[in-house]
Amino acid sequence: MIERERLRAGLRASAPYAAASLLLSFSFGAVATAAGLPKVAAVVMSAVVYAGSAQFASVGILAAGGGVGAAVAAAALMNSRFLPMGVALGPSLPGGPLRRALQGQAVVDTSWALAARGDGTYDRSFLFGHSAPQYACWVIGTGLGVLSAGLDTKALGLDAVFPAFFLALLIGELRKGTRTSTGVALAGAALALALLPFVPVGVPVLAASGTALVGLRART
Amino acid sequence: MTVWTTIALVAVVTFAIKGGGPALFGNRALPPALTRVVVLLAPALLAALVVTSAVADGPRLQLGADTGGVAVAGLLLWRGVTVLPAVLLAAAVTAGLRWAGLP
Repeated sequence: MIERERLRAGLRASAPYAAASLLLSFSFGAVATAAGLPKVAAVVMSAVVYAGSAQFASVGILAAGGGVGAAVAAAALMNSRFLPMGVALGPSLPGGPLRRALQGQAVVDTSWALAARGDGTYDRSFLFGHSAPQYACWVIGTGLGVLSAGLDTKALGLDAVFPAFFLALLIGELRKGTRTSTGVALAGAALALALLPFVPVGVPVLAASGTALVGLRART
Repeated sequence: MTVWTTIALVAVVTFAIKGGGPALFGNRALPPALTRVVVLLAPALLAALVVTSAVADGPRLQLGADTGGVAVAGLLLWRGVTVLPAVLLAAAVTAGLRWAGLP
Protein backbone atom coordinates (compact mmCIF):
# COMPACT_ATOMS: atom_id res chain seq x y z
CA MET A 1 0.00 0.00 0.00
CA ILE A 2 1.15 3.48 -0.85
CA GLU A 3 0.68 5.76 2.15
CA ARG A 4 -1.01 8.85 0.76
CA GLU A 5 0.23 11.08 3.55
CA ARG A 6 3.86 10.17 2.83
CA LEU A 7 3.30 10.47 -0.93
CA ARG A 8 2.05 14.02 -0.38
CA ALA A 9 5.00 14.76 1.91
CA GLY A 10 7.30 13.64 -0.90
CA LEU A 11 5.46 15.82 -3.43
CA ARG A 12 5.74 18.85 -1.17
CA ALA A 13 9.40 18.26 -0.41
CA SER A 14 10.25 17.86 -4.10
CA ALA A 15 9.30 21.41 -5.19
CA PRO A 16 12.78 22.99 -4.96
CA TYR A 17 14.39 19.89 -6.46
CA ALA A 18 11.89 19.82 -9.30
CA ALA A 19 12.71 23.46 -10.04
CA ALA A 20 16.43 22.67 -10.07
CA SER A 21 15.71 19.63 -12.26
CA LEU A 22 14.00 22.00 -14.71
CA LEU A 23 17.17 24.14 -14.90
CA LEU A 24 19.41 21.11 -15.30
CA SER A 25 17.31 19.47 -18.02
CA PHE A 26 16.99 22.82 -19.76
CA SER A 27 20.76 22.90 -20.08
CA PHE A 28 20.76 19.25 -21.18
CA GLY A 29 18.31 20.05 -23.99
CA ALA A 30 20.34 23.04 -25.12
CA VAL A 31 23.67 21.19 -24.90
CA ALA A 32 22.36 18.07 -26.68
CA THR A 33 20.88 20.07 -29.54
CA ALA A 34 24.07 22.11 -29.87
CA ALA A 35 25.94 18.77 -30.03
CA GLY A 36 23.88 17.75 -33.04
CA LEU A 37 21.19 15.55 -31.49
CA PRO A 38 17.79 15.85 -33.19
CA LYS A 39 15.43 17.85 -30.95
CA VAL A 40 12.98 14.95 -30.61
CA ALA A 41 15.80 12.57 -29.69
CA ALA A 42 16.92 14.73 -26.77
CA VAL A 43 13.38 14.84 -25.33
CA VAL A 44 12.82 11.11 -25.88
CA MET A 45 16.13 10.40 -24.18
CA SER A 46 15.08 12.35 -21.08
CA ALA A 47 11.75 10.52 -21.02
CA VAL A 48 13.16 6.99 -21.32
CA VAL A 49 16.48 7.36 -19.50
CA TYR A 50 15.82 9.87 -16.68
CA ALA A 51 19.38 9.91 -15.37
CA GLY A 52 21.03 13.28 -15.86
CA SER A 53 24.70 12.51 -15.47
CA ALA A 54 24.43 9.49 -17.81
CA GLN A 55 22.67 11.58 -20.43
CA PHE A 56 25.26 14.36 -20.29
CA ALA A 57 28.09 11.83 -20.42
CA SER A 58 26.81 9.80 -23.38
CA VAL A 59 25.79 12.83 -25.43
CA GLY A 60 29.15 14.43 -24.70
CA ILE A 61 30.93 11.37 -26.08
CA LEU A 62 28.78 11.25 -29.22
CA ALA A 63 29.44 14.97 -29.73
CA ALA A 64 33.17 14.38 -29.41
CA GLY A 65 32.95 11.78 -32.18
CA GLY A 66 32.92 8.70 -29.95
CA GLY A 67 31.06 5.53 -30.90
CA VAL A 68 27.89 3.95 -29.54
CA GLY A 69 29.90 1.55 -27.38
CA ALA A 70 31.87 4.30 -25.66
CA ALA A 71 28.74 6.43 -25.14
CA VAL A 72 26.78 3.55 -23.58
CA ALA A 73 29.72 2.47 -21.43
CA ALA A 74 30.12 6.00 -20.06
CA ALA A 75 26.40 6.12 -19.25
CA ALA A 76 26.63 2.74 -17.51
CA LEU A 77 29.57 3.88 -15.41
CA MET A 78 27.84 7.14 -14.51
CA ASN A 79 24.77 5.16 -13.49
CA SER A 80 26.73 2.53 -11.61
CA ARG A 81 26.13 4.46 -8.37
CA PHE A 82 22.45 3.45 -8.68
CA LEU A 83 23.49 -0.17 -8.10
CA PRO A 84 24.44 0.28 -4.43
CA MET A 85 21.46 2.64 -4.02
CA GLY A 86 19.16 -0.08 -5.40
CA VAL A 87 20.71 -2.72 -3.16
CA ALA A 88 20.01 -0.43 -0.20
CA LEU A 89 16.45 0.26 -1.32
CA GLY A 90 15.50 -3.32 -2.26
CA PRO A 91 14.44 -4.65 1.15
CA SER A 92 12.08 -1.67 1.60
CA LEU A 93 10.09 -2.55 -1.55
CA PRO A 94 7.20 -5.02 -1.65
CA GLY A 95 6.40 -7.52 -4.40
CA GLY A 96 8.35 -9.92 -6.60
CA PRO A 97 11.66 -9.18 -8.34
CA LEU A 98 10.09 -7.61 -11.45
CA ARG A 99 7.77 -5.39 -9.42
CA ARG A 100 10.65 -4.27 -7.23
CA ALA A 101 12.78 -3.58 -10.33
CA LEU A 102 10.00 -1.38 -11.72
CA GLN A 103 9.67 0.52 -8.46
CA GLY A 104 13.44 0.97 -8.47
CA GLN A 105 13.13 3.11 -11.62
CA ALA A 106 11.84 5.95 -9.44
CA VAL A 107 15.29 6.32 -7.89
CA VAL A 108 17.17 9.53 -8.61
CA ASP A 109 19.90 10.76 -6.27
CA THR A 110 17.72 13.32 -4.53
CA SER A 111 14.66 11.16 -3.95
CA TRP A 112 16.79 8.24 -2.80
CA ALA A 113 18.77 10.37 -0.33
CA LEU A 114 15.67 12.02 1.12
CA ALA A 115 13.56 8.85 1.31
CA ALA A 116 16.13 7.28 3.65
CA ARG A 117 14.72 6.94 7.16
CA GLY A 118 18.26 6.94 8.58
CA ASP A 119 18.05 3.39 9.91
CA GLY A 120 18.84 1.65 6.63
CA THR A 121 15.21 1.46 5.47
CA TYR A 122 13.46 3.62 2.88
CA ASP A 123 10.06 5.27 2.67
CA ARG A 124 8.87 4.25 -0.79
CA SER A 125 5.70 6.38 -0.74
CA PHE A 126 7.87 9.43 -0.09
CA LEU A 127 10.27 8.27 -2.83
CA PHE A 128 7.53 8.07 -5.46
CA GLY A 129 6.04 11.42 -4.42
CA HIS A 130 9.45 13.05 -4.51
CA SER A 131 10.46 11.56 -7.85
CA ALA A 132 7.30 12.19 -9.92
CA PRO A 133 7.50 16.02 -10.17
CA GLN A 134 11.22 15.78 -10.88
CA TYR A 135 10.50 13.41 -13.76
CA ALA A 136 7.85 15.69 -15.23
CA CYS A 137 10.17 18.71 -14.92
CA TRP A 138 13.04 16.71 -16.38
CA VAL A 139 11.12 16.01 -19.61
CA ILE A 140 9.52 19.48 -19.84
CA GLY A 141 12.84 21.21 -19.15
CA THR A 142 14.54 19.22 -21.92
CA GLY A 143 11.78 20.31 -24.31
CA LEU A 144 12.30 23.96 -23.36
CA GLY A 145 16.06 23.49 -23.72
CA VAL A 146 15.93 22.08 -27.26
CA LEU A 147 13.71 25.01 -28.27
CA SER A 148 16.32 27.43 -26.94
CA ALA A 149 19.26 25.73 -28.63
CA GLY A 150 22.05 28.14 -29.47
CA LEU A 151 21.86 29.67 -26.02
CA ASP A 152 25.27 29.65 -24.33
CA THR A 153 24.52 27.59 -21.21
CA LYS A 154 28.05 28.08 -19.86
CA ALA A 155 27.76 31.87 -20.07
CA LEU A 156 24.58 31.55 -18.01
CA GLY A 157 26.44 29.51 -15.40
CA LEU A 158 24.11 26.52 -15.83
CA ASP A 159 27.01 24.08 -15.43
CA ALA A 160 27.07 25.02 -11.73
CA VAL A 161 23.48 23.82 -11.25
CA PHE A 162 24.34 20.11 -11.12
CA PRO A 163 27.15 20.28 -8.50
CA ALA A 164 25.33 22.91 -6.39
CA PHE A 165 22.27 20.67 -6.37
CA PHE A 166 24.27 17.69 -5.10
CA LEU A 167 26.10 19.84 -2.59
CA ALA A 168 22.72 20.79 -1.10
CA LEU A 169 21.92 17.11 -0.64
CA LEU A 170 25.34 16.36 0.78
CA ILE A 171 25.09 19.13 3.36
CA GLY A 172 21.66 17.83 4.37
CA GLU A 173 23.19 14.37 4.84
CA LEU A 174 26.07 15.69 6.90
CA ARG A 175 23.71 17.69 9.12
CA LYS A 176 21.77 14.61 10.16
CA GLY A 177 24.80 12.33 10.06
CA THR A 178 27.66 11.61 12.38
CA ARG A 179 31.38 12.29 12.40
CA THR A 180 31.80 9.04 10.47
CA SER A 181 29.63 10.31 7.63
CA THR A 182 31.70 13.49 7.37
CA GLY A 183 34.87 11.42 7.26
CA VAL A 184 33.41 9.14 4.59
CA ALA A 185 32.35 12.16 2.51
CA LEU A 186 35.83 13.66 2.69
CA ALA A 187 37.48 10.33 1.88
CA GLY A 188 35.07 9.72 -1.02
CA ALA A 189 35.75 13.18 -2.46
CA ALA A 190 39.52 12.76 -2.11
CA LEU A 191 39.49 9.30 -3.70
CA ALA A 192 37.35 10.49 -6.63
CA LEU A 193 39.69 13.42 -7.30
CA ALA A 194 42.79 11.22 -7.02
CA LEU A 195 41.42 8.72 -9.56
CA LEU A 196 39.93 11.29 -11.93
CA PRO A 197 42.90 11.82 -14.28
CA PHE A 198 43.57 8.09 -14.67
CA VAL A 199 40.28 6.24 -15.16
CA PRO A 200 37.23 6.58 -17.45
CA VAL A 201 34.46 9.05 -16.61
CA GLY A 202 32.12 7.66 -13.94
CA VAL A 203 34.62 5.31 -12.31
CA PRO A 204 35.82 7.84 -9.70
CA VAL A 205 32.27 8.23 -8.34
CA LEU A 206 31.71 4.47 -8.26
CA ALA A 207 35.06 3.94 -6.50
CA ALA A 208 34.17 6.60 -3.93
CA SER A 209 31.21 4.47 -2.83
CA GLY A 210 33.83 1.99 -1.56
CA THR A 211 34.69 4.36 1.28
CA ALA A 212 31.29 3.55 2.81
CA LEU A 213 32.67 0.08 3.54
CA VAL A 214 34.21 1.58 6.67
CA GLY A 215 30.69 1.10 8.07
CA LEU A 216 31.39 -2.63 8.22
CA ARG A 217 33.37 -2.06 11.37
CA ALA A 218 32.87 1.54 12.51
CA ARG A 219 30.16 2.37 15.02
CA THR A 220 28.24 5.20 13.38
CA MET B 1 20.80 6.14 -36.44
CA THR B 2 23.75 6.15 -34.06
CA VAL B 3 21.82 8.55 -31.86
CA TRP B 4 18.73 6.37 -31.59
CA THR B 5 20.75 3.20 -31.01
CA THR B 6 22.62 4.97 -28.23
CA ILE B 7 19.40 6.22 -26.63
CA ALA B 8 17.82 2.75 -26.73
CA LEU B 9 20.89 1.08 -25.25
CA VAL B 10 21.37 3.73 -22.55
CA ALA B 11 17.69 3.31 -21.60
CA VAL B 12 18.05 -0.48 -21.32
CA VAL B 13 21.29 -0.25 -19.35
CA THR B 14 19.81 2.36 -16.97
CA PHE B 15 16.72 0.20 -16.41
CA ALA B 16 18.90 -2.80 -15.59
CA ILE B 17 21.15 -0.86 -13.23
CA LYS B 18 18.31 0.87 -11.37
CA GLY B 19 16.26 -2.31 -11.23
CA GLY B 20 19.07 -4.75 -10.47
CA GLY B 21 19.50 -3.95 -6.80
CA PRO B 22 15.80 -4.05 -5.91
CA ALA B 23 15.25 -7.22 -7.97
CA LEU B 24 18.03 -9.12 -6.22
CA PHE B 25 17.74 -7.70 -2.71
CA GLY B 26 14.14 -7.81 -1.66
CA ASN B 27 12.18 -9.18 1.23
CA ARG B 28 15.13 -9.59 3.49
CA ALA B 29 16.57 -7.19 5.98
CA LEU B 30 20.22 -6.35 5.64
CA PRO B 31 22.50 -7.30 8.54
CA PRO B 32 23.41 -4.31 10.80
CA ALA B 33 26.96 -3.96 9.46
CA LEU B 34 25.66 -3.71 5.88
CA THR B 35 23.00 -1.26 7.01
CA ARG B 36 25.74 1.03 8.30
CA VAL B 37 27.45 0.78 4.91
CA VAL B 38 24.18 1.68 3.17
CA VAL B 39 23.67 4.74 5.37
CA LEU B 40 27.21 5.90 4.57
CA LEU B 41 26.79 5.42 0.81
CA ALA B 42 24.92 8.69 0.39
CA PRO B 43 27.64 11.01 1.74
CA ALA B 44 30.32 9.09 -0.18
CA LEU B 45 28.50 9.20 -3.53
CA LEU B 46 27.24 12.76 -3.16
CA ALA B 47 30.66 14.13 -2.18
CA ALA B 48 32.26 12.40 -5.17
CA LEU B 49 29.61 13.75 -7.54
CA VAL B 50 30.11 17.28 -6.24
CA VAL B 51 33.89 17.35 -6.57
CA THR B 52 34.06 15.56 -9.92
CA SER B 53 31.65 18.07 -11.44
CA ALA B 54 32.80 21.25 -9.65
CA VAL B 55 36.59 21.04 -9.73
CA ALA B 56 37.07 19.06 -12.91
CA ASP B 57 36.32 19.38 -16.57
CA GLY B 58 35.93 15.84 -17.87
CA PRO B 59 39.09 13.90 -16.94
CA ARG B 60 41.09 17.02 -16.05
CA LEU B 61 41.21 18.79 -12.71
CA GLN B 62 40.26 22.36 -13.39
CA LEU B 63 39.21 25.17 -11.12
CA GLY B 64 36.87 27.43 -13.01
CA ALA B 65 34.01 29.85 -12.68
CA ASP B 66 31.71 26.98 -11.71
CA THR B 67 34.01 26.06 -8.80
CA GLY B 68 33.54 29.56 -7.41
CA GLY B 69 29.78 29.46 -7.90
CA VAL B 70 29.45 26.10 -6.18
CA ALA B 71 31.69 27.21 -3.31
CA VAL B 72 29.48 30.26 -2.66
CA ALA B 73 26.40 28.03 -2.76
CA GLY B 74 28.05 25.67 -0.29
CA LEU B 75 28.74 28.48 2.13
CA LEU B 76 25.13 29.66 1.96
CA LEU B 77 23.71 26.15 2.26
CA TRP B 78 25.83 25.63 5.35
CA ARG B 79 24.38 28.84 6.81
CA GLY B 80 20.88 27.46 6.28
CA VAL B 81 19.86 28.88 2.88
CA THR B 82 17.47 26.52 1.05
CA VAL B 83 18.17 24.56 -2.15
CA LEU B 84 16.62 26.67 -4.88
CA PRO B 85 18.07 30.09 -3.96
CA ALA B 86 21.45 28.45 -3.38
CA VAL B 87 21.38 26.76 -6.80
CA LEU B 88 20.24 29.93 -8.57
CA LEU B 89 22.97 31.91 -6.85
CA ALA B 90 25.56 29.30 -7.85
CA ALA B 91 24.54 29.80 -11.49
CA ALA B 92 24.55 33.60 -11.14
CA VAL B 93 28.00 33.71 -9.49
CA THR B 94 29.35 31.30 -12.12
CA ALA B 95 27.94 33.44 -14.93
CA GLY B 96 29.51 36.54 -13.34
CA LEU B 97 32.93 34.96 -12.89
CA ARG B 98 32.86 33.63 -16.43
CA TRP B 99 31.91 37.06 -17.75
CA ALA B 100 34.94 38.33 -15.84
CA GLY B 101 37.13 35.93 -17.81
CA LEU B 102 37.43 32.71 -15.77
CA PRO B 103 37.17 29.42 -17.74
